Amino acid sequence: MDWGSIFTNTAASMLSPATMAFALAALGLAVHFGFVGLLNFGIAGFMAVGAYGYAISTLTFGFPWWGAMIAGILASVVFAVLLGIPTLRLRGDYLAIVTIGAAEIVRLLFTSQAWQPVTGSADGLSGFQGSFRSVNPFPEGDYGFGPWQYTENQLWVLVFGAIVLALCVLLLWRLVNSPWGRVIKGIREDEDAVRALGKNVFAYKMQALIVGGVFGGLGGIIYVLPSSTNPGVFITSLTFFVWTALLLGGAATVFGPLLGALIFWVLQAFLGSFLPALVNIGLLGDFTSAQAGSLRYVLVGLGLMLIVIFRPQGILGNKKELTFVK
Amino acid sequence: MSSNSSALPTPVKTTGLHVGEPAPGVAKVDPIMVIDDVSRTFGGLTAVNVKHLEIPRGAITALIGPNGAGKTTLFNLMTGFDSPDTGSWSFDGERLAGVPAYKVAQMGQVRTFQLTKALGLLTVMDNMKLGAKDQQGEKILPSLFPFLWRKQDALIEERALELLERFKLAKLKDDFAASLSGGQRKLLEMARALMSEPTLVMLDEPMAGVNPALTESLLGHILDLKTQGMTVLFVEHDMHMVRHIADWVVVMAEGAVIAEGPPDKVMKNPAVVDAYLGSHQEVDLGVVTGRIEGDAAAAAAALFDNLHGDESGKGGK
Repeated sequence: MDWGSIFTNTAASMLSPATMAFALAALGLAVHFGFVGLLNFGIAGFMAVGAYGYAISTLTFGFPWWGAMIAGILASVVFAVLLGIPTLRLRGDYLAIVTIGAAEIVRLLFTSQAWQPVTGSADGLSGFQGSFRSVNPFPEGDYGFGPWQYTENQLWVLVFGAIVLALCVLLLWRLVNSPWGRVIKGIREDEDAVRALGKNVFAYKMQALIVGGVFGGLGGIIYVLPSSTNPGVFITSLTFFVWTALLLGGAATVFGPLLGALIFWVLQAFLGSFLPALVNIGLLGDFTSAQAGSLRYVLVGLGLMLIVIFRPQGILGNKKELTFVK
Repeated sequence: MSSNSSALPTPVKTTGLHVGEPAPGVAKVDPIMVIDDVSRTFGGLTAVNVKHLEIPRGAITALIGPNGAGKTTLFNLMTGFDSPDTGSWSFDGERLAGVPAYKVAQMGQVRTFQLTKALGLLTVMDNMKLGAKDQQGEKILPSLFPFLWRKQDALIEERALELLERFKLAKLKDDFAASLSGGQRKLLEMARALMSEPTLVMLDEPMAGVNPALTESLLGHILDLKTQGMTVLFVEHDMHMVRHIADWVVVMAEGAVIAEGPPDKVMKNPAVVDAYLGSHQEVDLGVVTGRIEGDAAAAAAALFDNLHGDESGKGGK
């Protein structure tokens, strides 16, 4: 067994745009689910809207990179408002159903042939990095050491992703530790009680849906920034992977989503190399390497179930909260 | 203002609240809330149908009536948690039709719930702070800059501590509300409601499921509200409590107000006795229903016949 390559793959996944994108999306879900109690099963839709908002405004309208980012953010805001207006007055389960449907609608619209020149249909879009790379502060060359080896462009995406992530974490940390955060946590516990105290519950839920949606949209942008965007990425499984990362780290925490995304990707990379290696030395019976690679998704599902049953507050969640889970 | 519950003085009743003879819909000298022709139906059921009702300011008004009389529905209508099919109602002279619940609360009308709504995974202190009105830090943009709201938050915390002290919850301020007992949650909910500095406090069954000792201190707190100039409206089934603290009693049955007046007079009203208190309070319940053989008085025997001879008798009052 080639422990060297297993280790290299695993270590490299710790610092990848995908990990940061997951952390951002999980951060958005933390706002929605962890702090306000909104069951959003459409985070993949928010990511898609952000990613395509960025890609289309660059390719079709020729926006500079920062303008395209703002377009991606605005697209997530619009998506959040459209989802929120009809559903936020209803009970939480309705929001879950509507968001899962809306995310699929978004994906299918981007897959549709009707707007092929703009959306690229099933082939997706690529080649939108020009403006972003033109402001790359790192000179051409190879950077890094050990398992972490990057070209100047990869490094720039990583550094940029880390900055965006840090800003979002700071923003969320400020928000949840303010009186605003107190109100949204109150809404999570019982919205009628908060309403009886004179707070406009609908407005708070909408604000939170937008904030979390913007985090999700930024996650989508970082996800596609290294290479290309494709509607096949933003499937429902993506939503549930992000949920796994969130619940793993701790839904009602600020740093839990980061830790959860990191662990999720490290495990994915490790199992993705380790399971096929097991096949090679004949320890997995009749499995082919490809089948063994897919086995990790089974293990992700199993892991998600185990977390929810045995540690619903996640790794960083407050132990006391577990005592009072309803 | 101490709430020395062991030596509760006999409360001073506020009198002279009404104009003319006490009857359903009687005018009040200074009403804080006026309800006109409010009705609410759920399918075929008319839950509330109130022609005219005025709630006197600065007094403690009890809303009593049998289960299903529409008391809680009327509460929900008055606080904006539900909207009536017809009618108009106003609070402090402002019409409340179409005003959402949170705005009603901002006007100074705060309510508690029959099933206590403590915010479990918030600390007791956070529960209290949530009650305060007009917080700068509750707006999303200012919330990002602590220097904009820290001062106000400290003042709110001070006020919350005072109230918690009064309600004997100060020691628990850093605990999750979920760890409190049922009675403590009732106290917390009431204290939290007071954080908004209301003018009208509406309590939905404040005594339900509370032990006798705590009942006394809760009574003390409710009487305190009146001495501080607030108006109290509460729904309650405990007649001792109603007699003890209410200045005015409104009796509902089948959605309508059937009687109102000072407690001692209303309790003797035959309509109230019929609809709510029951005509045979002095007879053992077991004897009335025929479960045990007691030395049933003639009246009980007559009632027993009445009940069992008229099984389908929905019309029986």
